Amino acid sequence: MPHIALPNLPGIRGPMAFRPETSKPLNELVEVLLRGPSTLTPGERELIATYVSSQNNCHYCQSIHGAIAAAQLDGALDANEELVRNVKRDFLNATISPKLKALLAIAGKVQQDGKKVTNADVEAARNEGATDLEIHDTVLIAAAFCMYNRYVDGLATWQPHDETLYRERGKMVAKNGYVAANLTNTVNSTEFTQPAELAVK
Amino acid sequence: MPHINLPPEIPGIGAAFAFRPEAARPMRDLAHVLLFESGNEGLSSRDRELIATYVSSKNETQFCKLSHGAAAAHHKGGSQELVAAVWSNPDAAPIPDKLKALLAIAGRVQSDPKTVTADLVETARNYGATDLEIHDTVLIAAAFCMYNRYVDGLATWQPSNEEMYVSMGKQLAEKGYRQPSTSTNQHVL
Repeated sequence: MPHIALPNLPGIRGPMAFRPETSKPLNELVEVLLRGPSTLTPGERELIATYVSSQNNCHYCQSIHGAIAAAQLDGALDANEELVRNVKRDFLNATISPKLKALLAIAGKVQQDGKKVTNADVEAARNEGATDLEIHDTVLIAAAFCMYNRYVDGLATWQPHDETLYRERGKMVAKNGYVAANLTNTVNSTEFTQPAELAVK
Repeated sequence: MPHINLPPEIPGIGAAFAFRPEAARPMRDLAHVLLFESGNEGLSSRDRELIATYVSSKNETQFCKLSHGAAAAHHKGGSQELVAAVWSNPDAAPIPDKLKALLAIAGRVQSDPKTVTADLVETARNYGATDLEIHDTVLIAAAFCMYNRYVDGLATWQPSNEEMYVSMGKQLAEKGYRQPSTSTNQHVL
């Protein structure tokens, strides 16, 4: 049960509906980082977000961003879902580019402590062709998901375990983006809500 | 030296903001709402800055710890002694029990958000904390786990110039977060 009386929505959507003044910049930030103009594809950036969320053991965030990644990467959904699982388990042996592996290594350090990122980590990414902007965005995506994950878990939000819910929502966010998706985070939303028997009384 | 080519004359997060203004805007807006604009609703800006500097001190991010400590000190009811007391042990600091209970929650969010217990939340509520105050405490603590990692993860320049932080704290406490700190940088975002 959530620590405070949140609207009946899963994960971050509950506190976003609870506090629209902060949900606005939170959604704008994730929109810029994961969907704005970039030389990293949206799928690659979602993989970074998913990996960091899995390192933080945040069920909602790793599930929804994994689903969005799978909906955005090239190829069949089944194969993409398998790739997402492989990245979470052992990204060095996943079928992703060497550049993305080097960026995920940086993201993993940021997740633990920003001070752990070494010159050698950055140099390795640069040797695989990463630009300053890509390194910057990797650090900030990893840092931002250390915030989103803590927000979701720190309030003990409702985090359903039904994969199909995430798959459907993932397709919708992949298509419309975060700012548009946030419009469905309303107290009266009927889509994807918590079963009545689990709802906060 | 920073890991990427940041403007060399700007300290801390300002350099990263100047490098990537598209991300800076929502990050500034978030801090403005959480620390400045909401300071009249329940938790004061002093209390909000104390949460920010406490979390930053636990993350050992010097730039954020000192700038938000200076902002807390500049707000009504703040002082550098009070800030130092919160850094060393919130339970022993001369602050209300409600704020102690909220700082305990913030500390858990920093180390592992799954360790925020119903008991800790209940304690805060018993001292008068509202749902909105508990929400904002969790989000301030979470947000500083982002700002701190951003500042450290890029290896930004974090000077140890006390006067600079005092003047930065004054600016943040009086003007908020939407504009770059003029005391430390003339760079226009």
